Amino acid sequence: MTRDLVVQFLAQGAQMTLVLLIAPLAVGVVRRVKARLMRRQGPPLLQAYLDLAKLLRKESVIAEGASWLFRSAPYLIFALTWVAAALVPSFASGLMFNWAADVVALVAVLGAARALLALAGMDVGTSFGGIGSSREMMIATLAEPAMMLIVVTLAIAAGTTRLAGVADFFIAEPFAVRVSLALSLISLVIVALAENARIPVDNPATHLELTMVHEAMVLEYSGRHLALIEAASHLKLALYLSLLICLFAPFGMAPATAGLSGWAIGLAAWIAKLLAGAVLLGVWEVSIAKMRVFRLPDFVGIAFVFGFIAILLAFLTRGVFA
Amino acid sequence: MNQAYEIAHLLAGVMLVTSFALLYQERVAAVLNAFAAQSITLALAVAWAAWSDDRPDLFITALIALTLKGIVIPVALHRTVARLGIHREVEKVVGVGAALMVGLALTGLAQALVLKVATGMASHAREDLALALAIILLGFLMMIVRRNAVTQVVGFMSMENGLILAATGARGMPLVVEVSVAFSVLISLFVFAVFVFRIRERFDTVDLEALDRMRGDRR
Amino acid sequence: MIHAYQLVVLIPYAAALILVAVPGYRVGAAANVAASAATFAAGLWLVVGEGIVSDYAIVDEFNIVFIAINTLVGFTTALFSASYIGHEIETGRLSPSFVRFYHAMFQAMMGSMNLSLIANNIGVMWVGLELATLITVVMVGLYRTPQAIEAAWKYFILASVGISLAFFGTILIYLAGQPALGEGVPAMTWSLLQAASARMDPAILDLAFIFLLIGYGTKVGLAPLHAWLPDAHAEGPTPISAVLSGLLLNVALYALLRFKMLVAGQPAALDPGPVMVVMGLVSLIFAAFMLYQRRDIKRLFAYSSIEHMGLIVFAFGMGGPLANFAGLLHMAMHSLTKSGIFFAVGHIAQAKGTQRIAEIRGLSVTHPRLAVVFALAVLAICGMPPFGVFTSEFLILTTTFAREPWLALLPAFGLLIGFGALLMRLQDTMFGEPVGPAHHVSASSVPMVLHLLLVLAAGIFLPPVLVAWFQRAAELLG
Repeated sequence: MTRDLVVQFLAQGAQMTLVLLIAPLAVGVVRRVKARLMRRQGPPLLQAYLDLAKLLRKESVIAEGASWLFRSAPYLIFALTWVAAALVPSFASGLMFNWAADVVALVAVLGAARALLALAGMDVGTSFGGIGSSREMMIATLAEPAMMLIVVTLAIAAGTTRLAGVADFFIAEPFAVRVSLALSLISLVIVALAENARIPVDNPATHLELTMVHEAMVLEYSGRHLALIEAASHLKLALYLSLLICLFAPFGMAPATAGLSGWAIGLAAWIAKLLAGAVLLGVWEVSIAKMRVFRLPDFVGIAFVFGFIAILLAFLTRGVFA
Repeated sequence: MNQAYEIAHLLAGVMLVTSFALLYQERVAAVLNAFAAQSITLALAVAWAAWSDDRPDLFITALIALTLKGIVIPVALHRTVARLGIHREVEKVVGVGAALMVGLALTGLAQALVLKVATGMASHAREDLALALAIILLGFLMMIVRRNAVTQVVGFMSMENGLILAATGARGMPLVVEVSVAFSVLISLFVFAVFVFRIRERFDTVDLEALDRMRGDRR
Repeated sequence: MIHAYQLVVLIPYAAALILVAVPGYRVGAAANVAASAATFAAGLWLVVGEGIVSDYAIVDEFNIVFIAINTLVGFTTALFSASYIGHEIETGRLSPSFVRFYHAMFQAMMGSMNLSLIANNIGVMWVGLELATLITVVMVGLYRTPQAIEAAWKYFILASVGISLAFFGTILIYLAGQPALGEGVPAMTWSLLQAASARMDPAILDLAFIFLLIGYGTKVGLAPLHAWLPDAHAEGPTPISAVLSGLLLNVALYALLRFKMLVAGQPAALDPGPVMVVMGLVSLIFAAFMLYQRRDIKRLFAYSSIEHMGLIVFAFGMGGPLANFAGLLHMAMHSLTKSGIFFAVGHIAQAKGTQRIAEIRGLSVTHPRLAVVFALAVLAICGMPPFGVFTSEFLILTTTFAREPWLALLPAFGLLIGFGALLMRLQDTMFGEPVGPAHHVSASSVPMVLHLLLVLAAGIFLPPVLVAWFQRAAELLG
């Protein structure tokens, strides 16, 4: 009994550390793929780890007027994002804390992290920070409702908002091509692009004030603070990739009762899918141009519209309307 | 059996997505490409219905939809736009966001209507009809909210796409209707081509607000 | 073995193909008249023959009247056009190279309308109307002035949307009929659908009728779907205005009535009557008020068409044998009278060189015979006895009064308002000092005089055969 408990505990802990360790690798893969497609050499795959290590060693320079919020925000943001990322089922679906891994809770945690980041961006009083924060909240105004609509669609389909429950449902169901789920997938991809500040919403590689959203908010940070925020954004990317995999391509995930061998397969499948997602993201970023900021509400609005239609269609197939 | 309907709905869903894409675009060329995508998807949907329902006459409809509306009309319109030098941005009556929201409301309306009305029909036929009606209404919306003559006709043709989808979903609708629909597409294209040239010739623009000044009721 | 009902469609289409190749104006016009005469003969043959119900065609008491009027007015319009278009070519409004297309399209349009009239298949009915619509769109824009292009474009867009919605309604009817009649052609055959209507799902029939009402109603010119009508009448060539008002509106209403008969067969479905009553009244009163501000003579009579169509739809909405009879009679009378008026207007426009009422004065001085005919025609359309229009209007008002006294006030009010406006305009054009040019009109007066005589004859004495037709059709309408 206790041995079981310990194993479970270790497994959950393994998931937590795993996601933390693999996130920079995913980012590295994205950057490398982009560079290679643009016929450049590109940074080494482990560059993100080296960057984090470098930043941790550096001194953190803080502006005169910065408040306690500015100093504590990076830690809080990192903690919140790590918790969220750790909850998304990766290689197995029945782990110890999976009851807490509710999609709504996930959205709430991420929303809290975003609010802190926006506040920290405004804290020092620079104009770049203000621009970044206001743009971030504008995107969030549309992306969060879209996310909630996706959640509702999945809840209608799977009967639960627990991520593990949804994953189990989709593993058990024979592969069915359903329009409402396809629309939620498109919607979630758009939301993921918006949340992770990827092209076409924001360019993670530039620091031009006209185009920055995420980068503008973190412009004032340096040293270990910046390292934590960077780690948090890597984790966020890994989180969303993992979420997409868990919800829409959960094959290979080990069910709750599997043993070590099942977990090993699940782990291999998850890492492979994660890296495949990273490659796809790299290809996507190279193929599309960044949008004008004024078109962003339209773009994320599409996610909202599709999420809504997905719900309508899900209702249609159930015939819930009288 | 179930699989067949799932794929049919998926294709209809993609058509719905392209309808929204039509509302979303701001450049005439992008609108034409979205329309071509919708027509090609329509051809696929009709071909799939032909194959899975065992109605070989629908293959003709699919072929007509593909060649005429998927290839010939978009190419002809691209050339017309290029030749007439039509201003490349679409003049809007209502912004993209508002148009998308109204489109959403129309989609919801279509679902509610069909669910309420067609309680006697099988559920897969109901879904097909609801999606087709939504596409028709979205095409109609596009005709209303865009002031450019070219996009107005594209909106109308997208309405026709929805109609063809509805006719395909109605099992057993005879060939006469399909042929007539194809024929009407041809005639519509002819009439449209004649008119865009004349509008451009007389008004130096295809912005329909210019035509509004010629509205007779003030005289 | 070619039947008469096939001839009314085949002759015009064959003529259209031949006329495309005929470049000259005189030969083309003569061929046009000949083809229309042949079609009229085929129509007469149908009248004296038996009714037909086949897979694709139907000739019963309901549509025989319309076929007869369609072919007759087609013939007289061709006569009028033969002499009228020559003047248009001389003044340069119409370029000679377009003449053959004009004649070919004229025949094609007549063929399509006849196709719609004899169709038993609801899909073929739709095809006929769509073809006729598209052809008239091109013809409205024939003069290529900016106003004509605007009118044609507006007509094209509105009519196309209407036709598309009507097609969706047609699909819904098929879906409703499918469970009762099985898949395929039977579920699209009107006569079979009519027989099985009690077994059809009422909710689907409701939705279908709404789409059909909006779709075909646009082509009938019901307010608020009428926006294309005034411009299309004013900017197109006069023969086309005559055909639009006199024939196309009727054919669209005929299609709508076929579906009304269908829906009426299912008692659980929505009763189309009240909706039609409301729409008819709105059109009637709206158009009557709009008659006052019109400054273009063709636009004036276009609104008059809307007014009368509103009255007819109101009558069919009221339902019952007397109202239906009155509605059918009014459709026939209006068709003849309005096309006659447009012939006269064509004469006037050519005589004065303008369509603006302000510039048309003193016709009784400059063109006395034309003035007399025009005055009689306007009096006829206003509903003065002894013309046939009076009979039908009187019947509508009395039957409405007998059933819903307060309701009868509204159409009476609308008719009086229209009467006043038309009379005012008639006085303006008839009397006063002649202004502007006074050309000699070479167009033939025969068509309009013929129409007026027919309407007068119908007003004085309606042959029992006609009465029987209308009565039987009124019964079918329910």
